[in-house]
Amino acid sequence: MNEQLTILLVVIPLIAAPITALFKNKDIAWAITLLVSTACFVLSVIIMLDVIDGKHVIYELGGWRPPWGIEYKIDALNAFIALIVSGIATISSIYAKSSVEHEIDDSTIPLFYAAFQLCLLGLLGIALTGDVFNLFVFLEISSLSTYALISMGKHRKALTAAFSYLILGTVGATFFLIGVGFLFAASGSLNTADIAQRFETFAHMQLVETALIFMVLGIALKAAVFPLHSWLPNAYSQAPSAVSVFLSATATKVSIYALYRVLFDLYPVQYWVDMLMPQILLSLGCVAVIYGSYRAWQQVEMKRLLAFSSVAQIGYMIIGLALLNQNGLTASIMHLFNHAVIKATLFMGAGILLYRANTTDLGSLRGMGRDIPWSFAAMVIAGLSLIGVPGTVGFITKWYLLESAIETGQWIVVVTIVIGSVLAIGYVWKIVESLYFRSSRKVHIHAVESGDDSVGKTPIGMAVALWIGAGLCIFFGLNTDLSFDAATTAALSLLKQ
Amino acid sequence: MNNDLVLRAATKWLSPVIILFALYVQFHGDYSPGGGFQAGVIFSSAILLYALTYGMQAALQLIPEWVLRLGASLGVLLYAGVGVVAMLKGGNFLNYSVLAEEPVAGQHIGIIIIELGVGLTVASVMVLLFFTFARRVAPE
Repeated sequence: MNEQLTILLVVIPLIAAPITALFKNKDIAWAITLLVSTACFVLSVIIMLDVIDGKHVIYELGGWRPPWGIEYKIDALNAFIALIVSGIATISSIYAKSSVEHEIDDSTIPLFYAAFQLCLLGLLGIALTGDVFNLFVFLEISSLSTYALISMGKHRKALTAAFSYLILGTVGATFFLIGVGFLFAASGSLNTADIAQRFETFAHMQLVETALIFMVLGIALKAAVFPLHSWLPNAYSQAPSAVSVFLSATATKVSIYALYRVLFDLYPVQYWVDMLMPQILLSLGCVAVIYGSYRAWQQVEMKRLLAFSSVAQIGYMIIGLALLNQNGLTASIMHLFNHAVIKATLFMGAGILLYRANTTDLGSLRGMGRDIPWSFAAMVIAGLSLIGVPGTVGFITKWYLLESAIETGQWIVVVTIVIGSVLAIGYVWKIVESLYFRSSRKVHIHAVESGDDSVGKTPIGMAVALWIGAGLCIFFGLNTDLSFDAATTAALSLLKQ
Repeated sequence: MNNDLVLRAATKWLSPVIILFALYVQFHGDYSPGGGFQAGVIFSSAILLYALTYGMQAALQLIPEWVLRLGASLGVLLYAGVGVVAMLKGGNFLNYSVLAEEPVAGQHIGIIIIELGVGLTVASVMVLLFFTFARRVAPE
């Protein structure tokens, strides 16, 4: 494979975004976005197939040798994350057309798509780079465009949600940068592989430990790990639907990926095991699962419910990481993918409800599921995956996670997963019950723009995207080979086995 | 402030000097401290000064908003374009050495164009930011 393909993943959106911003026509802007995401997806698949057996692709930016220059070092994990990001971007752009036209002012639509492409660029960049400062730069590109995207939400609350995310996100990014600065002061290098290789020579410095704490805190904030999750529910529930779909499936996942890189590639595992970090992460993960699920169960608004459920699902990924064995890590990496598919599908469902009934309030949506049987069925499939019913993607991760927890004798994790699943049944049932089993309720006239009960038809693009998502939930629940192979290769390379 | 003769005269004299200095910082960026980012900010400060003394209307006549949007996008395109040209010439992305016959000359050309792109984008975005906020208060 030509290694120039790897950089194209970043270059294509970089060139397309300013061009999109110059157009005034919303259809052209959408078409460019779809083209860009599809191109990135195809490239990611090509790269994935190339590295799935444990090979590396190395790309030196500007022809400068690492450790001086920026190096992209692609292994199975990088390619896996890039695949998730670009795949979800493709699905969300198919979905976005009608949804964005419905929620965003015509004149800002091209700018919306430009910001969307920049966000894609940043997330793909994080997934590819092997340089910690470059990672920070991409983190900022994706975050800044995310703030803009969230602020374009329909209600005025979106502005405060975007602003509080801006503050917290900037704090997170700054913490990460401080960590990178400290590590640079100690090691004199920014290249991940170079720092890891020479780690022994400066490991005794206090600075190195401080750097790790700063970096982990910064990333944990961006990844919404339990006590640092407060920005997430508002940001995801106020953002335009297409943005909720894209961000819920990718933004926090990519941050978790950055956490893997820092913990496993940058620092030796023993170093942070001595700092009791696995125990801390494990307890935070367990609390996140129970707290997130419980809060999700309390919510009466669908997008907020799904956002809190994301907090819980991030808990599973952290637990998998903190168990520190092959099964746990594989489960954690697979859950990045599985949860991306599940949450994207559910948020697409919520977006369709918003499109048709102009609300996502569960009380006002009573009986709505009977009007949209097909979309509702897709949502139920995704909901079952979220619970972890056999035959769906959610089951696979929970199975490996349980296996790993029993292997290491962490019974508290087993109990947490069981409680988390029961609560998940509770909040998924809450959606199903009010959408399907409650008697219908006439939607307030003022809540619908046309004056009708609800919009009569789901746009074809939204329905197609929703069913692609639901299909993937089943497909990867039955055919686990592809995602499992990729995740196992990635986990083995992280654990250096 | 529109009627203050001293300010108006001083702005008229200062603006070209500031712009000249911006261009100096821009094009000497590869020999001495400076570069696109600093030059862009200095350049935009000239426009800001003009807008403060002569008012928003005059500033918008000087540089309409669509020009700024175009400038902001073109700067990014220029930057990415250099990288792509380097790729087409057989190097890696942003490898300036392949831009000319001689690697050193290529590096010079590359960095000057890149900095030009950065300067263009930074200047446009700075002025655009100022205009966006200034319009909110609607100065009289």
